[in-house]
Amino acid sequence: MKPIPMENIEGQEGEAWTTIIRPQHPWYQFELGELWKYRDLIQLFVRRDMIAQYKQTILGPLWFILQPLFTTLVFTVIFGKIAKIPTDGLPQFLFYLAGTICWGYFAECLNQTSQTFLANAGIFGKVYFPRLTVPISKVISYIFKFIIQFAMFVVFLVYYYWQGAPVHPNLGVLALPLIVIQMAFLGIGCGLIVSSLTTKYRDLVLVVGFGVQLWMFATPVVYPLSQIPEKYRIFFALNPMTSVVEGFRTAFLGSGSLSAPYYLLGVLITLVICFVGIVLFNRIEKTFVDTI
Amino acid sequence: MATALQIENLAKEYRLGSIGHGALYMDLKSWWCRLRGKEDPNTPLYTGVRGNGGARTFWALKGVSLSAEQGKVLGIIGRNGAGKSTLLKIISRITAPTIGEVKIKGRVASLLEVGTGFHPELTGAENVFLNGAILGMTKAEVKSKFDEIVDFSGVGRFIGTPVKRYSSGMYVRLAFAVGAHLEPEILLVDEVLAVGDAGFQKKCLGKMDEVSREGRTVLFVSHNLDAVSTLCDRVIWLDEGQIFLDGPAQEVAPAYLDAMLKQGTADRAPARLQGKMFYFKKILPVDAQGEFLPQVKSGGPLTLKLDYVCRPEVKSENIWMTVVFGNNRVSQAFSCPFEFAAADKAGLREEGSFTLTLPFLPLVPGVYEVRCAVFINGLKVDRFPTLLRVEENVNLQESDASQVPHHKPLGQDNLFLVDYRWSLDQDRQG
Repeated sequence: MKPIPMENIEGQEGEAWTTIIRPQHPWYQFELGELWKYRDLIQLFVRRDMIAQYKQTILGPLWFILQPLFTTLVFTVIFGKIAKIPTDGLPQFLFYLAGTICWGYFAECLNQTSQTFLANAGIFGKVYFPRLTVPISKVISYIFKFIIQFAMFVVFLVYYYWQGAPVHPNLGVLALPLIVIQMAFLGIGCGLIVSSLTTKYRDLVLVVGFGVQLWMFATPVVYPLSQIPEKYRIFFALNPMTSVVEGFRTAFLGSGSLSAPYYLLGVLITLVICFVGIVLFNRIEKTFVDTI
Repeated sequence: MATALQIENLAKEYRLGSIGHGALYMDLKSWWCRLRGKEDPNTPLYTGVRGNGGARTFWALKGVSLSAEQGKVLGIIGRNGAGKSTLLKIISRITAPTIGEVKIKGRVASLLEVGTGFHPELTGAENVFLNGAILGMTKAEVKSKFDEIVDFSGVGRFIGTPVKRYSSGMYVRLAFAVGAHLEPEILLVDEVLAVGDAGFQKKCLGKMDEVSREGRTVLFVSHNLDAVSTLCDRVIWLDEGQIFLDGPAQEVAPAYLDAMLKQGTADRAPARLQGKMFYFKKILPVDAQGEFLPQVKSGGPLTLKLDYVCRPEVKSENIWMTVVFGNNRVSQAFSCPFEFAAADKAGLREEGSFTLTLPFLPLVPGVYEVRCAVFINGLKVDRFPTLLRVEENVNLQESDASQVPHHKPLGQDNLFLVDYRWSLDQDRQG
C-alpha cells in the first residue's frame, strides 16, 4: 500500500547529517550559524513584542515618550530644585533626560532578558529553536523605543540650543551607535547571567527589580561624575554604565569627566560580562527543561 | 535505503527530588553544614536515602541505539516511565542527553506542539508567520504556503482578527494547519501527550499516514496497540529505558500485549515515584481468594485490587480517585469515581489496598485499557494504566435476571449505568 520511498536525494549515503545532538557542546561553541538561520524568527518576535505591548492601550506608543518625560520631571524637581545637585552647568532638564533615557534602555534590556527562561518555560519545553533568539529580539525591540525617546531628546536639545543654553553637541555624537551597542551588550549580558541563575535560584528574580534601581544610583544618572573626587572615580569606572551615561552626555551636551582609559575599561568589562552571559546561557539552555 | 535518524547509545539521567533547593540561602546552608561534617538540614524527607552521598538519580534511558530508515513509520511502545517521551524530547532537542548521540537528517517536528507561541493579541495571519518561524520555517516558506494553510484551517475571513477572539475550535484548527504544512523530514507523534479530543487524534493519525507516504519518517509513541499495529512498519518496545524488543509490528505488538496482561503481578519501579503524596504500586484483577486473575469474564464479576503507597499528611487533603475503562474505539466507556469521606481517610495507612468491585462487568470480550488515577486537591498526582482481557462468558445467557444490575446514576461521564462499589481493605497489615 505504500509506494517505494524516494531515491536518496543527497547522493552520498550516510554522511549528510544535518543535526547531531550531543550531551554538552564545548563552551566556546555558540552555534551562531543556527541563530542566523532563525533570523526571521527574531524579526517576528520583535514585531510581536511591539504589537503586544501597546495594543489596547489608549495612548499606545505615546507611552514611550511619557515614561521618560515624567521621570525626568520628577528628577528635575527632587534632585535639581530641592536637593540642588549641580549638573555641570547644564540645563537640569536636559541633563536628567539624557541620563534617564540611557538608563531606561539598559534597565529594560536587563529586566526583560533576565526573565527569558522563566517566562518562556512553557514554549521552551515544547519546541526547539535557538533560545538566544528570545533575549536578542527583546533587546532589538527596545532599540525602537530608545530611538523614539532619543528623538524627543534631540527636540529638547535643539530647543535649548536655540534658546542659547550652554550645551555643546560635538563630533562625539557619531559614536552614538557604539554607545547603544554597548548598552545592548551590557543589558543582554547581565540579563543572561541572571536568567541562567534564576533557573536554579528563584531569589534572583526578586533581586533584579530593586537591584537595577540601586545600580542606577551607583551610576552618574542623577548627578555628574565631576562631583565625585578623582581618587574614587576608578570605582565608578568599573561600572560600565558610567562610561555609557558620561559618554552620551559628553557627545550631546559637551560635559563629561571620564578619561579615555576609563572608557576603554568600561567597554572591556561590558564585553567580558556579555561573553560570560552567553557561555552560561548556552550551558543552561540544554537541560533547563529538566530543572525548572 | 537511506537512514534518516541514527541514535547511538543514548542515555538520560534525571536527578530526583530537588536539584539544589531553589533558594540560594538553602544551598549555602547545606554547603556550610557539609563543611562542618554535620547532616544537611535540607535533605528531603521520604527519600529513603539520608545523609551524605544521597545524590539520587534516575536513568530514564539507559543506552538506546537504533536507526530509522527514511519513509518508515516507527512505533515506540512501552509502559509508563519506560523512556518513550524522554526519547522524543531528546530527538526534538528540548533537552540534551547525558550520554550518547543522535544524528538527524533534515528537519524534525512534532505534532504535540500545536499552537506553541500563539499570541492572543496578534491576528491569525501574524500568528501563522510567528508559529511557522518557531517551528523552523523561514518567512518565505510560510508565505508560499500561506493560502494553503488558511484554506486548510477553514478560518477564512477571520484571518485578520486577533486570535483571542477566535473560538477554541478555530484556534486549534489554525494551529494544526501550520504544523501540518511544516513538511518535516522526521515527524514525531506522541499520542500519550496528545489532547483528548478524539477527532483531533484521528486527524493526527491521518496526517501521519500521509506524511509517511510522502517518503518521510515518522516516530509514533502510543499506548494504542491497534493504531501501532496498523500504522507502523516496525515497532520498538522500550522497557526501563532500554530496547526490549525491536521488530515488525506483527511480532512486537502481540508480544507486548501478552506481557502487559501478565505483568500485573510485578510491582512498579518505585525510584521515580518517591516523594509522591500518593501512588499506585500495583493494580490487579483478582478472584474471590485475592489471587491474580489474568482474564475476566464478560458480564461476570470483576474485582480490582489497587495497592497504594501514600504519605501520612495526605489525610488532611481532598482526595478522589477514578478508574476508567476504555479501548481504542471508545477511550472512555465508563468510569468508577470515588471520593474519600473523612472516615475513609482516617483508615488510610501508608501502604495498603483498595478494592473496586463490579458485580456485573458490562464489557464485551476484548482487550481494554484500565486507567486508574488519583487526584489530590484537584491535581492528578498519579496515573496507572493497565490492560484487562475480557473473555467470552458462556454462562451469561442462562444467568439469573437479577444479575443484570439495577443501578443508580454514578459519575456523569458514563453513558450507561454501572454498578460498582469501593472499599478500603481494613484488615490487611500494611
